[in-house]
Amino acid sequence: MATLLTAETPVIVQGITGREGSFHAEQMQLMGTRLVGGVSPGKGGTTFLAAPVFNSAKEAVCQTGATASGIFVPPAFAADAIMEAAAAGITLIVCITEGIPIQDMIKVKDFLKAYPEAKLVGPNCPGVLTPGAGKIGIIPQRFSSPGPVGIVSRSGTLTYETMAALTAAGLGQSTIVGIGGDPVLGLSFSDVIGLFEQDPATTHLAVIGEIGGSDEERAAELLGRGSRLKTVAFISGRTAPEGKRMGHAGAIVSGNRGTAKSKEEAFRSAGVAVAETTAEIVELLTKS
Amino acid sequence: MAELAAVCQLWLLSPPFWTLDTLSAMNNVSDVQKAGAEYSSQPAMKLLEYQAKEVLASLAIPIPPGRVARTPEEAAQACAELGPVAVKAQVPVGGRGKAGGIKLAQSPSDAAAAARQIIGMDIRGHRVPLVYCEAALDIARELYLGFTVDRDARANILMLSAMGGMDIEQVADESPDSIARLYPNPWRGPLDFELNQLVYEAGLGEHVRALVPLIKKLYRAIPEHDAVTAEINPLVVTGEGRLVAGDAKLETDENASPRQRALEERYGGVVEGDPYEVEAKKRNLTYVSLDGEVGIIGNGAGLCMGTLDMVQRAGGRAANFCDIGGGARAEVVENALTVILMNPKVRGVLINVFGGITRGDEVARGLVQARDNLRMTLPLVVRLSGTNEEEGRAILKENGIEPGASGWEAAQKIVEMTR
Repeated sequence: MATLLTAETPVIVQGITGREGSFHAEQMQLMGTRLVGGVSPGKGGTTFLAAPVFNSAKEAVCQTGATASGIFVPPAFAADAIMEAAAAGITLIVCITEGIPIQDMIKVKDFLKAYPEAKLVGPNCPGVLTPGAGKIGIIPQRFSSPGPVGIVSRSGTLTYETMAALTAAGLGQSTIVGIGGDPVLGLSFSDVIGLFEQDPATTHLAVIGEIGGSDEERAAELLGRGSRLKTVAFISGRTAPEGKRMGHAGAIVSGNRGTAKSKEEAFRSAGVAVAETTAEIVELLTKS
Repeated sequence: MAELAAVCQLWLLSPPFWTLDTLSAMNNVSDVQKAGAEYSSQPAMKLLEYQAKEVLASLAIPIPPGRVARTPEEAAQACAELGPVAVKAQVPVGGRGKAGGIKLAQSPSDAAAAARQIIGMDIRGHRVPLVYCEAALDIARELYLGFTVDRDARANILMLSAMGGMDIEQVADESPDSIARLYPNPWRGPLDFELNQLVYEAGLGEHVRALVPLIKKLYRAIPEHDAVTAEINPLVVTGEGRLVAGDAKLETDENASPRQRALEERYGGVVEGDPYEVEAKKRNLTYVSLDGEVGIIGNGAGLCMGTLDMVQRAGGRAANFCDIGGGARAEVVENALTVILMNPKVRGVLINVFGGITRGDEVARGLVQARDNLRMTLPLVVRLSGTNEEEGRAILKENGIEPGASGWEAAQKIVEMTR
């Protein structure tokens, strides 16, 4: 999908010399991602994987012209790294880090209002992968193959499972976007579906949601207003128990939305097929 | 360039970047609630009422005088000191009033009797470990005040209503306009004029002088404690016109616990509840107890929830949710198995590991070792995929562990074996 990541997109990795960052930067490079540099404060001037390392994102952008960044820094510093990337002019920010305090992310979302051109994917997500072009993040490329199916998902492992099942069935993918499992996220399902709608390489779509929030319900509404994509939705957490809730505040905000039932019903009433297992996602996508 | 150099210097002063070990140690504590107990993927520490009230008091919010009682004698003593009291079960779930967990006591002997009834009772899966005896209030009016994270707005929302009390959810449903809402700027918090407007919107203009500072105090729980939800319901207007917190709920973000040690140290160990969940927490596992007989281990919250769904679809019932995260390291698997096998209801275990970069043969060897170390005899079905998955499955088979080709097949197998 040309709108997020192509083989030409110049990518940096923030936290490139850390253990997570260095391992995955190499995986990204092996897949053909155009890795133009990395950020690791205090290590500026060195090189890593033949790419220059800078002390700040601003310096990296100035020197390399990078437009995308993968963030692999620890949770206490990740919110700052996201804001640093946006302020440096990065337009695709993919934050892999898990465990960022929620109040930090709420501040980040407010900060990003000043950078409308910056798209944030995640945090706590597996990232973005375009088969045959590259990836930012940790999605294992060996399960992917190029083709017409877009995947947008809140879960990491279920995404890999779905990719693998599609690939095994001979159905390749256009782009895989893991939007992340945190309550406060960058791109929503609806945002990513909008991108897929504009991508001529994508004709099919798998939406993998889970209980909580109402991003799925909103996506269903969007798809119900008309879509050129053949879409299948899957919601995990159908059997998760209710009733351990403490206060009323959550219910006042979200009402009856958020349950697997509410999400599945929203998709069905929008005319979107709902799969009960990941294997069924493939069956329903191939059914004419 | 001068600007750049200054930025670099600042960076040099910042703490060194963490290693993978610290990163994964932190990851272990996250995702706790992803099992969906309350549809939140952010792990939260839920304080009991008396703990939440201590925090409110530390924020200078008025609370009624109260005493914690672990025995009927202590409850009687509290009543002797405070006069008529409400004896309230302390559990980290809502709905205790309707479950009989709150009783009014006029005399010490009443209070002892109430405590005898309430301590040890089960409220929605939680055994009541203690009661809170609180001086009865002269209630003229019940308001609602709270904040939480509005996931859709990706922001904190402050809510105030003149219609507080037990039926606030119904109020929200039937007359949403009677709840005034404000999304404060997260960098500077709510401003006076915004709160003034909120109070008038809620139709509570007569209390504006008391409410504005009180809401500000409650909001301090966000910057000072990384609170994600706080609720005072009812916020009582007494006969004398004073505002007092009649009840209190407070949840803090466990992702912020590295910078919020105080509450964690004070209350983290006190939260009593399901014994397996308590044990799992000690072992840094993401675990939620359920009612069934099939123990579940998965890597990744989504996959884990999907596995629960498949077990149910195959006609079984899951005994737990347990997400061991990426990597599926042998010691983590062993920890998870240890906790699951503590539960006598468990008749078999299903492990669903989808390894991206994780090597299937390593995972298989770790599983065999964990099973042998624990001398596990119950049926065990493992669904394994990832690098070297064929070798992994061969190792499992050699060691008498049933491999499943897909999650669905594995779910059907374990349900059959535990019937």
